[in-house]
Amino acid sequence: MMRQFPANPDLTVEEFELNMGPQHPSTHGVLRLVLTMDGERVVRCKPVVGYLHRSIEKMAENRTYTQVIPVTDRLDYCTSMTSNYVYVMAVEDLADITAPPRAQYIRVIMSELNRIASHLLWYGTFALEVGATTPFIYGFRDREKVLDLFESTCGARLLYNYLRIGGVSRDLPEDFCERMLAFLDEWEPLIREYEALLDENPIFYNRTKKVGILSPEAALTYGVSGPNLRASGMARDVRREEPYAVYPDLEFDIPVRTEGDVFARYRVRMEELRQSARILRQCAEKLPKGPFLEPQPLRLVLPEGETYVHLESPRGDIGCHLVSKGTDKPYRCKFRTPSFCHIEVFEHLVRDCLIPDIMAICASFDVVLPETDR
Amino acid sequence: MSPDEFLPTLKTRFPEVEFQLDPLNPRALKMSASGVPEVFAWLRDAPEAAMEFLEFSTAVDHPPDRLELVYSLYSYTHRHRLVLKVDLPRHAPTIPTLAHLWQNADWNEREIYDLFGVFFSGHPDLRRLMMPEDWEGHPLRKDYSHPNLTPRPD
Repeated sequence: MMRQFPANPDLTVEEFELNMGPQHPSTHGVLRLVLTMDGERVVRCKPVVGYLHRSIEKMAENRTYTQVIPVTDRLDYCTSMTSNYVYVMAVEDLADITAPPRAQYIRVIMSELNRIASHLLWYGTFALEVGATTPFIYGFRDREKVLDLFESTCGARLLYNYLRIGGVSRDLPEDFCERMLAFLDEWEPLIREYEALLDENPIFYNRTKKVGILSPEAALTYGVSGPNLRASGMARDVRREEPYAVYPDLEFDIPVRTEGDVFARYRVRMEELRQSARILRQCAEKLPKGPFLEPQPLRLVLPEGETYVHLESPRGDIGCHLVSKGTDKPYRCKFRTPSFCHIEVFEHLVRDCLIPDIMAICASFDVVLPETDR
Repeated sequence: MSPDEFLPTLKTRFPEVEFQLDPLNPRALKMSASGVPEVFAWLRDAPEAAMEFLEFSTAVDHPPDRLELVYSLYSYTHRHRLVLKVDLPRHAPTIPTLAHLWQNADWNEREIYDLFGVFFSGHPDLRRLMMPEDWEGHPLRKDYSHPNLTPRPD
C-alpha cells in the first residue's frame, strides 16, 4: 500500500514483505514468519509452519500401542516425559488400567524434573534472544544435572521412552531420591541468581516490559494455555482444573501474573521452577514402595471406544484424543499441542511491533516447533 | 454439565438439529451438520455453557462413506467439557467454519482441510498448513497412499 510521506509530500512510502526464517537463529527451529513491514513497524505477520511435519499421527496408526510411545518422544524434544505421559494416560484410560502408586509418583517426579529442564533451557535461550549470553551458560549448566538424573533412570538424556502402559519401564535407581534432593538443595538457591541476572538489568526491562501484551480474552480465544495463559492473569492449570495422577495429594501454588507481557511470562516460569522443586521434595518424601509396572501384553488390544485426556506440560495443555476400533493399533491418535496455539497468536501479538520485539515475544512463548508440526 | 444434561437443553433450543448421545464416548454428543455454527455460538455465549475454550478440532476418517469431525470444548468457568461430533459425507465433506467464534479454529480447520480434505465454507484463509502447497491428496485419510508409506511388517 502506497501512501504519502508526511514530512515531504513529494515522497511516497510503501509496505514491503520481509521473510523471517525458516532458518533464522531466533525462531527456535524452523518457524517462518512472513512479515509485512511499514518501515520498522510490523503491519501483518503470517506464521508458516509445517517444516518439521513428520506425520506422527499417521505413523501412530501403523504401530501397536506400545510402539507408539517412542514416537511421542519426538513430539516435543524438550519434555519427552510429558509427551510420553499424555499418550500412556490416554491408552490407560481406554483400557481401564491403573498404574501402581509408585509408578504414579515416579511419573510425577519425571514430569516435574522435565519441567525444570525445559524451563532452564527456555531461560537460557530466551535471555540469549534479548541479548544476554550468561543466562544461557547458567541454564545449560544446571539442566545437565537434571539430565544426569534422567540418564541414571532410563539411560537417555533427551528422548527417554521411559513410561510404559501400566507404569514405567524400570524402577528408580536406589539412591535416586538422595541425589535428587542433593540437586534441589544445591540448585534452588541458584534460581535467585538467575533472576538477579535479568531482573536487575535495565536493558532487559526495556526489552520486555509492556512488550507483546496478551489480554486474557485474546489468550482464551487463541487457545493459549500453560505459563503463557497464567501470565495473562488466568490461574488455569490442568494440575488444578482436572487433577491427574497424585497431584491432588501434593501442595503447590499456581504462579499468576496479570500484566500479560514478555516480562510476566518470564516471571511466571521462574516461579514455576520453585513450585516444581516443592512438588519434587514432597514426592521424595511420599514415594511409596511396591511395583513400578503392571505388565501388559506385548500386543495390547484395546476395547472399542474413544477418549480425550490432557495434562500440564511445561508449555501448557497437551492432550491426546485416542480412538480405538478394538484392534492392537490406534485407529486415530490426535495430539493437541500447546505450541500449535501459541504460534497462531503471533499474528495478533506482533502487530505494530519492531523486529527486535518479535524475537523477545517469540522466545517468551516458549514454542517448540516439532510439537507444532507433529 | 455432562453431555446427558446438555442434551435436553440443546434439543429444546435447536429443534431442527438432531442430537444423540455417543455410545463410544461418554463425554460426547453427536449432532447433525445443520447445527454448525449456531449451536457452537450458543455454547460459547450462553452463561450456563460458557465454553470459552476450543481445545481442539479434528477429524476421524471412517471409510467407505463417513468422515467424522470432532470438536472439544472446555469451560474454565464451569470446568466442564463437551465433545461434539458431526458426521459428513466422505466424498464431499463441507461444513461452515468456526473461525469467527474461536481464533484457534482457524488453524485447526486449516489442518483438517490439509490432512483430511474437509472444506470449511466461510473460512478466511483456507490453505494447507502442514503439507507443502502443491501436495496431492490428504494424508490422514485411511485410503491415502504414497510410495514412501509402507505398512510395518507384523
